[in-house]
Amino acid sequence: MAKYSDLEYLKLSKWDKFLYKLGRFFISIPVGIGHFFQKIGKGIASGVKAFGRECADVVNTFKNGDGITKGTFLVMGLGNLARGQILRGLLFLLFEIVFIFYMIFAGGYWMSMLPSLGKQGPAVEYDPVLDTYVTAYHDNSFKILLYGVLTILFIIAFIYTWRQSIKQAKINQEMRERGIRLKSGKDDLKSLVDESFYKTLLALPLTGILIFTVVPIVFMMLVAFTNYDGSHDGYFNNLFHWVGLDNFNTMFSWTGGNKVYSATFGEVLTWTLIWAFFATFSNYFLGMFVAMMINKKGIKFKKGWRTILVMTIAIPQFISLLYVSKMFAKNGIVNGFLLDLGWITQPLPFWDDPTWARITVILINIWIGIPYLMLIVTGILMNIPADLYESAKIDGASGWKQFTKITLPYMLFITGPYLLTQFTGNMNNFNVIYLLTGGGPTNAAASGASGSVGYTDLLVTWLFKITTGAESQYYMASVVGILIFVVVALITLLVYNILPSVKNEEDFQ
Amino acid sequence: MSKKNDYDPSAMKQHMGMSAKNRISNTVIYIVLVIMSIVWLAPFVFIVLQSFRCESTWMVGYVVPKQWGLDNYINLAKTDFWHWYTNTFIMALATAVLQTVIVLCMSYTLSRFRFKIRDGLMRFMLILGMFPGMLTMIILYRILKDLNMTQANAVPGLILVYIASSGMGYYVSKGFFDTVPKSLDEAARIDGATRAQVLWKIILPMAKPIVIYTILTAFMGPWGDFVFARYISMNTPAGMNVAVGLNSWLSQDMINSRYTMFCAGGVIVAIPVTILFMCLQRYYVEGVTGGAVKG
Repeated sequence: MAKYSDLEYLKLSKWDKFLYKLGRFFISIPVGIGHFFQKIGKGIASGVKAFGRECADVVNTFKNGDGITKGTFLVMGLGNLARGQILRGLLFLLFEIVFIFYMIFAGGYWMSMLPSLGKQGPAVEYDPVLDTYVTAYHDNSFKILLYGVLTILFIIAFIYTWRQSIKQAKINQEMRERGIRLKSGKDDLKSLVDESFYKTLLALPLTGILIFTVVPIVFMMLVAFTNYDGSHDGYFNNLFHWVGLDNFNTMFSWTGGNKVYSATFGEVLTWTLIWAFFATFSNYFLGMFVAMMINKKGIKFKKGWRTILVMTIAIPQFISLLYVSKMFAKNGIVNGFLLDLGWITQPLPFWDDPTWARITVILINIWIGIPYLMLIVTGILMNIPADLYESAKIDGASGWKQFTKITLPYMLFITGPYLLTQFTGNMNNFNVIYLLTGGGPTNAAASGASGSVGYTDLLVTWLFKITTGAESQYYMASVVGILIFVVVALITLLVYNILPSVKNEEDFQ
Repeated sequence: MSKKNDYDPSAMKQHMGMSAKNRISNTVIYIVLVIMSIVWLAPFVFIVLQSFRCESTWMVGYVVPKQWGLDNYINLAKTDFWHWYTNTFIMALATAVLQTVIVLCMSYTLSRFRFKIRDGLMRFMLILGMFPGMLTMIILYRILKDLNMTQANAVPGLILVYIASSGMGYYVSKGFFDTVPKSLDEAARIDGATRAQVLWKIILPMAKPIVIYTILTAFMGPWGDFVFARYISMNTPAGMNVAVGLNSWLSQDMINSRYTMFCAGGVIVAIPVTILFMCLQRYYVEGVTGGAVKG
């Protein structure tokens, strides 16, 4: 589809305009993907270049350095200590000593075991002290993998610190030659509450993220390439080992006994996307509708209506979800009412029939989501300049026209990024699905794919079921987790490349 | 309608037509709103009614109890309920304090400082956020188990899990700090205040709404957490929070004896949280709205 000029575009009929826009949208997808890979390529190239520059600088520093600077290559912090920066120098030196001791007494062992993830599993052995046969435990694959990852991170940190120490030695040497006073340890400490206050502020949050998010995620991604599960827990039963891409092959094989995984994945992914789509947009438009009803001129008790809806946010979600789930059960209140009224003779299969269950969760999600959307939309509606509506009224625009020409475009523009986070958030909306249906009704065809997968299971609830299931196939959970990441990342990238909304955060400030 | 139009008969007519139409549409809206209010409040009314039901303890198809009483509330004392309640309350308090500190540090820094790794850091956290958090619970469980912070001792372990990565949820409060003019900081800096003093003396007093919002959301988090609380407590009642504990009452073999007690427990959990929320509603609304607008 060729791109029209503005004039040509204006000549089109409404329907053609719509088709044109839609066409351009789909055309922009491959371009967006292309740009993305270009960006990645550029990023890698500039990374390699920067690395080259750093290496060259290290070599130059060595060539041009005096004895002290050269010595810093071996003894970190020497360039600081010898030139009066005691605090920095001691910290560098301490780091080096800790690193060397760690590598000799622990790190070396973990690194050497990492390729095999342990050689000797638990075995029944003769114990001379007890004079009987007992189970002896040896290597611990779990710890090897975990400490292996930590050791690698430590080595990276060491290389970085070493580079910093050399850089400072060079700078100090140059500054001394020019006769400039160097910063003392006192200056450094002072700057921690002033210029470098951000370092102080970020220290705690980033440490937490590193230990409780980054390391676990790296670890779990590696688990996808092992056979770590309930019966290979790495210590008590059996060691686990690297298996390469086997798990991904199992997940994606279309033939043989493993077909059930790919089929289940396809089914669950499809439902996840359908669910995310309906959950996001039904809430969005209905929430907007409700907000506009309450905001309409002449409606009284605005605050009261809002408070009633907001109250449902206040009550912890698990209570409302669990209770509503039971309300729609076969012998629940809803069926009880309908039976009493004589509208039905048989209880409705809200949770027992796949289609019923899927529609019911989407409806109940509307019940949960509308209050949030109502709040957000109310806030935004108040920000729309009132004179826009005034002039529209003078031009004789109907209420519907005002909505489609002013309110909706404004809303979409402002909330574009929010819709995206809502969409990906809904894809991972564990609580609503798990507490309402538990993933059920069970899908018999997918029962081979670890965990009893049901018709309303999302990828996340499937992941949870695999993890907590009888076989605890952690490696499969890890594969599913990586796939969720890939799907979410792809959607985010696509939308961000297409969205017209503001991407530059400085524009908001 | 302006006064001038009143002299114009045709405008007069239009005015009348509009108001009649308006009245009808307003009536329709009132009806819709009343129905909505009923639908939205019904489950909560039901749960309160059922918590007073004494004639039976299982699920029934009617709402109004035939025999009223406080049995369910009294019986809660015979179960682990108050233990779960204390657990959750401790976790909520600790999380509210620590998470607020962490989130404010993070968001203020990212809003005010421009340093070398800032953009890279924000992008990195965005990517980290795309991983399902639940993926990490396997390893976190093993690590916490080594530290003896699981099962019956799950409370400190769970607090750690809640707060450790809370820095990643900086978006809403960063949005707030972005709206506080930077000229305030600069003026104070010219007067000789350090960056730390600017934060303590200038920014924090102004940031009351966002501080309250952060405390409120952090406090409400542990009441609803299900995934980690269940996995870290590993079927040990002593370490559960209310969500996990009450959910266990709805399992196949418990529901017939515990259903009405579940309702009573739910009411007791909901009351303080709801009251707190309603009191601080204004700040919550501000935070949610601001967060969505700024993305």
